[in-house]
Amino acid sequence: MLFGILVNEGPYQHQASDSAYLFAKAAIEEGHKIFRVFFYHDGVNNGTRLATPPQDDRHIPNRWSELAAEHEIDLVLCVAAAQRRGMVDPDEMKRNKKDADNIAEKFRISGLGQLIEAGVQTERLITFGD
Amino acid sequence: MEEELESGVVKKFLYINRRAPHGTVYAHEALEVVLIGAAFEQDVSLAFIDDGVFQLKKDQDTSEINTKNFSKIFSALEMYDVEKLYVEKESLESRGLTEDDLSVDVKVIDSAEMKKLITDSEVIFNF
Amino acid sequence: MLHTVNKSPFEKNSLETCLRLIDESSSILLIEDGVYGALKNTSVSDSVINAQKTTKIYVLGPDLKARGLDKSSLISNIEVIDYKGFVNLTIENEKIQNWL
Repeated sequence: MLFGILVNEGPYQHQASDSAYLFAKAAIEEGHKIFRVFFYHDGVNNGTRLATPPQDDRHIPNRWSELAAEHEIDLVLCVAAAQRRGMVDPDEMKRNKKDADNIAEKFRISGLGQLIEAGVQTERLITFGD
Repeated sequence: MEEELESGVVKKFLYINRRAPHGTVYAHEALEVVLIGAAFEQDVSLAFIDDGVFQLKKDQDTSEINTKNFSKIFSALEMYDVEKLYVEKESLESRGLTEDDLSVDVKVIDSAEMKKLITDSEVIFNF
Repeated sequence: MLHTVNKSPFEKNSLETCLRLIDESSSILLIEDGVYGALKNTSVSDSVINAQKTTKIYVLGPDLKARGLDKSSLISNIEVIDYKGFVNLTIENEKIQNWL
């Protein structure tokens, strides 16, 4: 089965990102494929490279990067939501003349069309939010 | 502008709106998905349930809270060929609203019809 | 169809709306704070028991356990599943509605 996952909330604030991650992991363990995880609304904050959670707690952004690296998952932050919330990759940094970028490994910023495409191309789209 | 899909697959998309406008960002950002999604030529319906019905209330004026009055976009949806807007009758009535309070043409349907709309949809977006 | 509900019925009306708009042949999976909807002897238990006449209800075990609950706290005939079960439910059901 080919899955698409939509994450509507940021790390730690809501359980959404955790639930999405655990679902993705279980799906992979069952032999399924994740086409894309699309992050919208505050969900774009999952893509930060600058989080420093306590040592004894899970590192939500890094966990996504590692899962994506191991299983070739496309992690996409919505560009409009990212711009509003200050999530910046090197291209956006140049384009919008910012003095820094802050995207974690394996995340990329792209348009809402990537979410629509996930809806069309996958067999199941699961949403985690508030 | 987003690239269109070559595949020719058309699915029944349903955007479910259950939140009031302005208190949170969901209503506004959901509409942005609808607008971008319009280019992908899917079979699109919008459902307004619970507080989502408030998104369609006439006469919204955000000038004193300084936020974007995205409610105007609803009247432009027709231009994007997004014409199937359904409002749940029970949600309207329990909030003291009637169809006359709404800013665009919608189809008011009861819970049984809304149930069918949901069951018939293939890809459902919730924000 | 598979419906998921992730909010407590005491916080938000998501479970109530789900029960109003769910088709008879569907199933419900309660996740995150939604698991509180499966508790027995609450003000919403009757509406859930009533829904069970036509709808199969599941609860996500890890979320129950996190909240200090187990099967004995729940309405009867609610199946506790894990994330593997969650994945399988999404495979078995062609369509999914995630109530937030």
